[in-house]
Parts: sequence; structure tokens; C-alpha cells
Amino acid sequence: MHDFLTGPMFYVSFSVCIIGLLVRLILYIRGLAWQLDRVAYRAYPGLGWNGAIRSVLSWLLPFGTSSWRQQPLMTILFFGFHFGAVLIPLFLVAHNLFLKSKLGFSLFTIPQLLADTLSWMVVVSALLLVFRRIALPEVRILTTAYDYLIIALSTAPFITGLLARYEVGDYGFWLVMHILCAEILLIAIPFTKLSHIILFFASRTQLGMDYGIKRGGQKGTSMVW
Amino acid sequence: MPEGKLCNKKPVENEEALKALLADTGGQQYYKEMKELDVDSKLLWGTIEKTCKTRMRTWLEICAHCGMCADSCFLYLVNDRDPKQVPAYKIQSTLGKIIKAKGKVDNEFMHMVMETAWAKCTCCNRCGMYCPHGIDMGVMFGYVRGLCYQQGFVPWELKIGAGMHRVYHAQMDVTDEDFVETFKWMVEENEEDYPGLTVPVDKVGADIMYTVNAREVKHYPEDLAEAAILFHIAGENWTVPSSGWEQTSLSMFAGDWGACKMQVEHVYAAMERLKPKRMVGTECGHAHRATVIEGPYWAGRKDGKPPVECIHYVEWVAEALRTGKLKVDPAKRIKQPVTLQDSCNYIRNSGLKEVTREIISHIVEPGYFVEMSPNKEHNFCCGGGGGFNGIGLFRPQRNKALITKRDQIINTGAKLVIAPCHNCWDAIRDLNEEYKVGIKWSFLKPLLISMVEVPEHLKPEE
Ligand code: HEM
Ligand code: HEM
Ligand code: SF4
Ligand code: SF4
Repeated sequence: MHDFLTGPMFYVSFSVCIIGLLVRLILYIRGLAWQLDRVAYRAYPGLGWNGAIRSVLSWLLPFGTSSWRQQPLMTILFFGFHFGAVLIPLFLVAHNLFLKSKLGFSLFTIPQLLADTLSWMVVVSALLLVFRRIALPEVRILTTAYDYLIIALSTAPFITGLLARYEVGDYGFWLVMHILCAEILLIAIPFTKLSHIILFFASRTQLGMDYGIKRGGQKGTSMVW
Repeated sequence: MPEGKLCNKKPVENEEALKALLADTGGQQYYKEMKELDVDSKLLWGTIEKTCKTRMRTWLEICAHCGMCADSCFLYLVNDRDPKQVPAYKIQSTLGKIIKAKGKVDNEFMHMVMETAWAKCTCCNRCGMYCPHGIDMGVMFGYVRGLCYQQGFVPWELKIGAGMHRVYHAQMDVTDEDFVETFKWMVEENEEDYPGLTVPVDKVGADIMYTVNAREVKHYPEDLAEAAILFHIAGENWTVPSSGWEQTSLSMFAGDWGACKMQVEHVYAAMERLKPKRMVGTECGHAHRATVIEGPYWAGRKDGKPPVECIHYVEWVAEALRTGKLKVDPAKRIKQPVTLQDSCNYIRNSGLKEVTREIISHIVEPGYFVEMSPNKEHNFCCGGGGGFNGIGLFRPQRNKALITKRDQIINTGAKLVIAPCHNCWDAIRDLNEEYKVGIKWSFLKPLLISMVEVPEHLKPEE
């Protein structure tokens, strides 16, 4: 099992995720229609990219927008979850050792203490995001089983990763479970709303261009997100 | 009975059809027929496949169902935080469901969609600023309105309004002759006070071509006179087209994209004919949105621009004050607490927040201007946007919606509201009437006329 998951399944899940996300991005861009969207994307590339970059960056900054500032609890949970969700898979020492042995290269790594903290933050934030979904009527009405599935898929590698990390019970078992959950997640990403990993940037870029080109950018005022 | 006599999928194309609809007081017969109207699922799904592209599909798919957009919607807030008013819920339960069902929805469902698209969303686009993914329900409800219109599920007044544009190239039964005559008549009325006041019709190559809202012609003709007087005092070389003078578009509120295209092309044709340096539109928000911001796309103009540079009235006023074409007598500036209504259509959706404040700095005595909270691009809809003001069927919902603006105004402590937008102006009038607030509200034109200095050579001889 371990050999299969770290062998063929690793290559499969890894490629499905990367290629899948690229395909999603290309399909997104190809489906943009200047006349239907009513944004002259090509006519004003400068204004468009200016609007786009502001639109993406303000939202990546904790408390960088009115919306983040008005909902501090959500902001903390969102960033608490996403710092780890993005940084751990990419920059964990263990992951990079594995990467090096598999693909012959590795990335920058983060100190173990930081990794532990971020991982715990992911699990705790995910739990609180679930509570938030149940507690707030305006979120409850939107929530479907699919949303819980997405949270479960996203959080499973963190829970199992931590169990392996602290060698709770059978290390080998938790490691196999960890890699299994992680690969399921990687495969699910392009086919579910987890595709937001790339489509977030696409959508924010599009709206930023809309504001930059059509809704005010030409007037020399920039949108305060 | 699938297609009604009054309520059907066909746009209104001629005067008789318009008259028949108008004769149906309050749309009683019309809405009765709507109850029987069939949904053409094939048409609905076919249209969606052709026009609902990745931008909207992605929005619907990646929406995290996080509810961060809830507090951004004034209709959610004012309706006691009814979860059914959460923007994401409104769009998922309408467009989202139609797409999931591949267009196979029934009459009852379409009634719900119609109510949601016109009475639960004014297309103010505020939620799009508060969603982390940048999902703009205002854009999507604009689209949903088009689907509803195509299926015949459109409020009676807007079916008529869109029909008016198709028949008269104006939102009301105002003909080109009515327009020119009314403008001339209003100018004559004021000639004594402003010797030499004229309305140059169809002058080729003027600096400014002025376009209006048909309501001014029909109900507020003094607005036309005021526009003429201000251009006169400012010494502008201006003109109005005898045809193509209507800047508004109720067809945009109705989702009648065919009529939208016809209407703006008519105005653009006037621009091509008269070759003015610029077009200036009246103090209307949706008119600017329709003719200047969205119009070029309906007309298929790849640069997203009308044939000549088009500006909103507030931009002209700011420029005239800046350059000294209009000079305000400092003694006559506003000396009472006053606030400003930011119209969604040209503040959030056209970036004119600073221009309007520049005007304020000229016409209000320092210290008397009070901002609403929130303001500028974060301002709330007046409560009557997107056609909401005009729909009798949804009047109770509209009146409830006015409460947001009422409270915003009351909280400023100001007794005067400057509202350079017809829709906002109406909404503020109605909220004052409905809730007895005791405020005054005004366009810029009358305020400016009361305070600008008339140059010696333009003054009447004693
Ligand atoms: C398929 C690829 C993956 C492999 C082979 C893999 C392998 C590993 C290994 C060997 C460890 C170290 C366990 C230990 O400390 O002994 C680990 C830890 C961890 N992994 Fe993965 N992993 C993969 C993907 C992921 C993904 C996609 C995520 C998150 C989305 C993730 C989250 C974690 C976490 C949170 C830890 C524990 C962090 C800590 O040390 O505090 N892993 N993983
Ligand atoms: C650069 C990468 C990413 C960006 C920009 C991003 C952005 C977002 C945004 C804007 C939302 C919706 C906002 C919200 O919930 O309030 C969201 C939700 C979510 N994201 Fe991401 N994300 C990224 C990567 C990831 C990754 C790698 C995972 C999983 C491991 C993930 C899992 C989730 C989940 C589960 C939610 C839903 C949270 C909830 O239920 O409230 N995201 N993300
Ligand atoms: S804020 Fe955006 S992602 Fe969250 S529920 Fe609203 S529309 Fe969906
Ligand atoms: S566009 Fe305005 S009215 Fe419509 S859902 Fe969004 S915030 Fe509410």
C-alpha cells in the first residue's frame, strides 16, 4: 500500500492536480467574452491589469479590505485556515524531502515549529468554520452537504499528518492514511470547488479588470476594496 | 393558455400594443395571464448555453457559501436579516437552480425568480465588493432579468417601459417633436430673465451635445430650462439632437437587450450625425450607466466607448466650477447641514466619487457638508434602484427598502440631500413622504442657479 501510494499514485494525483488546475484556468480564460461580460479586456490592458492586481492583493492581505475588516472573526478563521492550507503542502520539510527523492527537486522549507503551529491552526480553524456554518443563520441557509465534504477533504490530510507527526499509535498506519487522504484531495481539487485555488485568482482578476476598465478605472479613481 | 394577450414572450413593438398594456390598469389582466404563461424550457436552456459563460458559471461554482456577502446587501439588513435575502442564496436559488435543472422549471418557479430579480435585488453591485471571490450578484441578476424578460416574466411597468423605447426611442410616450417643442417653450419662458437664452437644436460640431431623461420633458420641464440656463451662463457651445436625445433605458431594468441596443444606437447615431466634441448627460444615474458604461457593449463597440467622449452632468459641473466657467457667489453657498447621495450607477460603477465632492467644496460653506455612512463606492442603494421605484406590484417591498436610506440620512442630521440622480431623487422624495422625515432634496441644477454669478453682459437690462 505504502509503495503504491508513494509510487504510481503519487505521480497520478500530482499530475491530475497540476494539469487539472491549468486546464481550469485555460477554460476560464477562453470562456471570457468581452461583449457578454461587457468588459473590453483587450482594449485597455494597462488599466485592466492595474485593477486586477489591486483586486487580488487587497484580498490576500489579512484585513486588507472593508469586508475583511467588517468581519474580523471570519477573517481570522479564513487566514488561520489558508496560511496552513497553502504553506504546509508546499514548504514542509518532510514534503520537500519526499519531493526531492521523487522528482529530484525541492522548495524552500519552513521551520518545524512554524509548521506544527500552522497545521494546528488549520485544524482548529476548520472546526470553527464548521461551527460558524451551524451557528449563523445567514451561513446555514447557504450550506449544503457538499460544503462539509469540501472541508472534510481539505482537513483530512492535516489531521492524519499531525497524527503521524506525533506518532499517535501506529506511525506507519497514519502515514499511509495521510498520503491517501492527501492524494484524494489532490485529485479532487480540479473537479470540485477546490478549483478556487486557481479560479480565485481568475475571478478576482476578472472583477478587478471590470472595475479597472469599465467601472471607474478610466476616471482615474481607484476602487477601495 | 400558454401565451397571454398582454403577458407573453413577445416584446412590445407598436403603439397599439402599448396602449393595450397601458389600458390594463395596474397590470391586473397582465399578471392574471402571467399565472398561465408557459415556460419555454428549450429556449431558456438554449439561451443559457449560449450566453452564460465561464465568468458566471465559475461564480456559481466556486461560491464558498460563506455568507460574507450577507451584510453587504441593504435588502438583507433592512428585512431583519432574513436569510432568504442573503445575496448568495438569492442567486443560488434562482439562476443556480435553473442551470441545475437545465432550464426545466415551471411557472410558479419563474414567478419566484421574477420577484427575486426585481424585488430582492436592485442590481446595486455592492455585494460584489464584499465577496472574497469577487462574485457580483448584481451582474448576475441583471442577467437573470434578461432570462425572465425573454420568458415573459417581467413586471408590467417594465414591459411597458421597454416597449416605449422600442416605439418612441424614449422611456415614455414623448416624441421627438414633444421634446424639441417643450425645450423651446421652457427656454422662451426664461428668456426675459436671461436675454439671449436659446436651445440650439441639431447644431453640427458643437462642444457639447446634451441628452436628457424623458421624464424631464414630461414631468419636470423646468429641468430643461435650468440646463439651458447653466450652459448659457457658462458660455458653452452646446446643442441638443432633435432625435436621439433620450439617455435613459428602462429596457436595461427590464432585461430587454434588444431594446437596449436599439436605444443606445439611436443616441450614438445622433452623435455621429452632429459630431459634437462631447456628450453631457443629465443628472441621472442609470441613464449614464446605460448610454455610457454598458451601451457600447450592447452596440458591439470593441473599445467599450461611445462614439464621442461622454460625461455625466456632475463631471461637467465640476469642470465648469474648476475652470471658472461657473462662478459661485460665496455668500450664497449652502449654509445648513447638507448631505450627498452617491448613486450606485455612476459612483460605484463609474468612479465619480471625487468629482461630486469637488462640487460640494464649491457650493457648500465649509463645515456644513456631512458624509453619509457608508459613502462613496461603499454607499447603499437609495432603495429604489434597478427599476424598483416604478413597480407597483412590489411597492410594499420597495417602501421597506427605503428605510436603509432614510436612516442613513437621518443619521447625518442634515435636512437637505443633494441627489444628482433621478432614481435616487425619487426614492428620497418617496421616503420623505412615506416616513414623514421632513427633509428637502434637490438636483444640482436648481441649487447652482440659486448661487452662480451671472456675468454682466448676460444680465437683463433694467
Ligand atoms: C501525496 C503527497 C504527500 C506526501 C507523500 C506526504 C507525506 C508526508 C510526510 C512523510 C509527513 C511527515 C510525517 C512525520 O512527521 O513523520 C507529512 C506531514 C504532514 N503533511 Fe503531508 N504529504 C503529502 C501531501 C500533503 C498535503 C496535500 C497536505 C495538506 C493539504 C499535507 C499536510 C501535512 C501535514 C499537516 C503534516 C504534518 C505537519 C507537521 O509536521 O506538523 N500533506 N506528510
Ligand atoms: C492560494 C490559494 C487559495 C486561495 C486564494 C483561496 C481562497 C479562498 C477563498 C477566497 C475562499 C472563500 C472565502 C471564505 O471561505 O470565506 C476559500 C474557501 C475555502 N478554501 Fe481556499 N483558497 C486557497 C487554497 C486553498 C487550499 C489549498 C485549500 C485546501 C487544502 C482550500 C480550502 C478551502 C475551503 C475548505 C474553503 C471553504 C471554507 C468554508 O467552509 O468557509 N483553499 N478559499
Ligand atoms: S461572499 Fe461570495 S463566496 Fe461567500 S457566500 Fe457570498 S457570494 Fe458566495
Ligand atoms: S446587487 Fe445589491 S441588492 Fe442585489 S444582492 Fe447585491 S447587494 Fe443586494
